[in-house]
Amino acid sequence: MKKLLEGSQAVAEAVRLCQPQVVAAYPITPQTHIIEKLAQHVANGELDAEFINAESEFGAASIVLGAVATGARSFTATASQGLLLMTEVLYNIAGLRLPVVMVCANRAVGAPINIFSDHQDSMAVRDAGWIQLYVESNQEAVDTMIQAYKIAEACELPVMVCMDGFLLTHTFEPVELPTRLTVDEYLPAFQFARVLDPERPMTLGGASEPENFQEYREDQHGAMENTLTVIEAFDVEYEEHFGRNCGSLVQPYRLEEATTVMVGMGSLMGAMRDAVDELRFAGQAVGALRVRCFRPFPARALTQCFKGVERIIVLEKAISIGAGGIVAAELRAALQTAGITVKVESVIGGLGGRDLTPEVIKAIFEESPTVEMNRFAPDHNELTLHQTGDAGDAGNVGNVGNVGNVESLETRKGAPHG
Amino acid sequence: MDSRDPFRHNVLTSGHRACSGCGEAMAARMVSDLIGPDAIYINATGCLQVFSTHNQQSSWQAPWIHSVFANAAAVASGVEAALRARGKDTPVIVQAGDGGTFDIGLQCLSGMIERGHDILFVCYDNEAYMNTGVQRSSSTPHAVRTSTSPPGRLSQGKTQLKKDVISIMAAHHMPYAATATVAFFPDLKAKVEKAMTIKGPRFLQVLSPCPLGWVHDSALSVSVSRLAVETGLFPLVELEHGELTGVMRLAEQKPVEEYLRPQGRFKHLFGSKEGTVELHHLQALADARIRRYDLLGADTQWTTATAMQSQRHGRGGYAVSDSLHERPGSQGAQEVKADA
Repeated sequence: MKKLLEGSQAVAEAVRLCQPQVVAAYPITPQTHIIEKLAQHVANGELDAEFINAESEFGAASIVLGAVATGARSFTATASQGLLLMTEVLYNIAGLRLPVVMVCANRAVGAPINIFSDHQDSMAVRDAGWIQLYVESNQEAVDTMIQAYKIAEACELPVMVCMDGFLLTHTFEPVELPTRLTVDEYLPAFQFARVLDPERPMTLGGASEPENFQEYREDQHGAMENTLTVIEAFDVEYEEHFGRNCGSLVQPYRLEEATTVMVGMGSLMGAMRDAVDELRFAGQAVGALRVRCFRPFPARALTQCFKGVERIIVLEKAISIGAGGIVAAELRAALQTAGITVKVESVIGGLGGRDLTPEVIKAIFEESPTVEMNRFAPDHNELTLHQTGDAGDAGNVGNVGNVGNVESLETRKGAPHG
Repeated sequence: MDSRDPFRHNVLTSGHRACSGCGEAMAARMVSDLIGPDAIYINATGCLQVFSTHNQQSSWQAPWIHSVFANAAAVASGVEAALRARGKDTPVIVQAGDGGTFDIGLQCLSGMIERGHDILFVCYDNEAYMNTGVQRSSSTPHAVRTSTSPPGRLSQGKTQLKKDVISIMAAHHMPYAATATVAFFPDLKAKVEKAMTIKGPRFLQVLSPCPLGWVHDSALSVSVSRLAVETGLFPLVELEHGELTGVMRLAEQKPVEEYLRPQGRFKHLFGSKEGTVELHHLQALADARIRRYDLLGADTQWTTATAMQSQRHGRGGYAVSDSLHERPGSQGAQEVKADA
């Protein structure tokens, strides 16, 4: 039976079903509802875990590091500034090959400070050695959470479940929660070989030298690449158990005979589907493709999706400042390696919670390709204003300037009001 | 277990790469030997981590983990939580230098104590960032020469005071916090053993001379750290739930110059007018600490003179605090609140 659940509640229920023994976190919007719910589960005796209120996200990540190294399945969650504060520990967890699982409730990174959703936080730590899975819906957050523990523990690599802040964490959707019994059948009990134990003393995290450091990284990279087949296989197995899948590595939508394909990640896919449906109805040969697994980068699975495609547009909610779209750059490299010569347009949008509506997506589809490597997505309000001809105050929505832009903000504010 | 000495575990075994005369290696060997191999050791980044693990080699004969510089107390919190969740009571020990305790690790340490984790945190305090080449830390004493507090025409070394970390610990009202040095092994032993009988967060600050950074003869590590105590610059104290419960009295007060002379890090203070002013400051600091902890009090049972007479080195043991509580002479000391 489906339940109407906020994304945070849904993911907390999924975590409870996986029975972590240690939960450590530090509050940050929009992640907080997840750990509040877990704290309540522990308080009610519904989750038999140690709930540790960390003194910072750096501490929270370190606590789950220690807990997993001591043989306890663990959980933490964060977002934005908190994820960046964890960065040093994230690299360390991955380097120690500890199967830690966490949720990143994707949020913009300041300055200017902004609590709303984009992918800048998790993209900033994309090279830390974590598997990154971007979910589209609350249902998928639940299902990916359960898969994440199985992937992490099978591969001895940490997994970051990335779910859009507010758009998912604070949005209610009908969600089917698996039963504890079926989760137990799918997800084996926690097992980890390199546990801190006086019976088998082991040194973890010792110093390394130039003659072997690179081999550690080669092993880590190889292990990451090997998880591609594991992620696929565990999604198939999940469907056998629960009757649903999470979209494997990449999830195509109406790619049949599509000549223009838009690529995106996370909850954005919903709006992309709507836009594709409308454009298809109008007779345009468009399709969409969601990258569910961004790390490891599914180059082969991705490039196989573009047979007969003449135009690829990557719409992404993060920017490598001074370089442009990150997914676009990686896709270009993958296509070039595969000998595919389709031009990839990079569009940056949805930053700091700016809405990427079907209208915006349709407009992007309809824009002519530019000579620039990257361009920014149009604003929904400006688009709809233009369409309706209504010159109300809505024209200023979204134009909140940062400190360096006060003057232009004033000018802009001044204009319509005389 | 060492076959030649059934009392030794060699948790930190020989073959590591510490410098000769390393106070931290000495202290870590003593502490880990007293605790034994049935414990989980968490190490902050620093000299101890670097010299004891090297390229797939390790000197640790107990489970040991190093993560990063700042997070040892948080990693330990996770280790302890996992043990609790798994129904185990293996002791959890953190080892960190003064950088990993006073500076970059202070936030995680404070969190660990506030949450009440059952962990012994041992700080091997060598009063600067020795691993990176002797830069000043907040533990570096006043007027010390380091590579980032160099004396010069306008400077007599570090201008600030050594951070009073034991008072910060006591202000957490933690069950047990104490200072010790490698010079008084029976005292160190009594404190480690006492700490191991107490549940909850415990803290031990062990003054650990660094011949390289303090610029003294490597044969003098023990005597230099003894002088730190005998001059009053490094009081040996115990605090329980914020209250002062143990003090090692000074049989006699030695002038700070006796402590400063053998160390090159204070050399710039001798022979100049400005240096003489700083020498007076350092003597005044020692005098203030002596007054604060009543180090010259009437108590004669537990003093710098008697502490070494307990039993032969390595076997001694004192029941410190019980006797202190009952002694009339310790009243003055108990009135001194660490966080007053």
